[in-house]
Amino acid sequence: MFATRRVEFSASRVCRNPELSEEGNRAVYGAAANPHGHGHNFVVEVTLRGEPDPITGMVFDLKQLKELLQKEVVAEFDHRFLNYETPPFDCVIPTTENLAIEIWRRLSPYFMNSVAKLHGVRVYETEDLYVDYFGPDE
Amino acid sequence: MIQLTKRYRFCASHRLHSKFLSDVQNKETYGKCNNPHGHGHDYVIEITLSGRIDPATGRLARVECLDQLVEREVVARFDHRNLNEEIPEMAGVVPTTENLVLEIARRLRDSWHTAFQEPSPALQAIRIYETPRNIFGVIYL
Repeated sequence: MFATRRVEFSASRVCRNPELSEEGNRAVYGAAANPHGHGHNFVVEVTLRGEPDPITGMVFDLKQLKELLQKEVVAEFDHRFLNYETPPFDCVIPTTENLAIEIWRRLSPYFMNSVAKLHGVRVYETEDLYVDYFGPDE
Repeated sequence: MIQLTKRYRFCASHRLHSKFLSDVQNKETYGKCNNPHGHGHDYVIEITLSGRIDPATGRLARVECLDQLVEREVVARFDHRNLNEEIPEMAGVVPTTENLVLEIARRLRDSWHTAFQEPSPALQAIRIYETPRNIFGVIYL
């Protein structure tokens, strides 16, 4: 069974590889390469997988998940310029793919010894474009 | 595993009517979708890609390449069309959304490797919302 919690954060970023030319960056990232940055209202859905606990009837306490997302994601990402304020995006390009991987990396230690497993992190860049990360390949 | 999904839209009309069924059977099978004059939907299509992140770019694929492919092979082909009358490739089948998924899958796969720079991402899934409540799709495992 799955249980999903959604949170939002609004942030700015620049998607540029310093090793590429201006033209190369524009070709790869389009408008997202604008050196002054751009922003989105990112929406994050974190999905846990497990069986309901026989006593509580819950896969995981979503209040706890809410607090965890507040601490690890919202407090670090919301209303920030990711490249300048939220490591590792000072040296990792903050594409939406890399945001999903970083959020997974921050959350996965909490579920190492938990009955509920971290199943997936979905990050919506816009309503029409999202990335799903299901963890590193085995 | 990492996946990227993008959503696109097109509007089209269709009528569900099988030549293998009688008029009464068609009416029973398709209900109001069998209306002889047809009807239309605002279709929403989601295309899911999977693959590896290019370490140089931090991206799974150039979304612009997918945009161009879907614009050419799906939106330009199906938007504001009558699926029964204007899509000869579907002339032999009832234009249900199931069959529309299969036709779009065929069109995307035919052009897939020329649309993306190497290495191409994989086409992981296609999902079409005929309405917000009726959803059809294929998943390639």
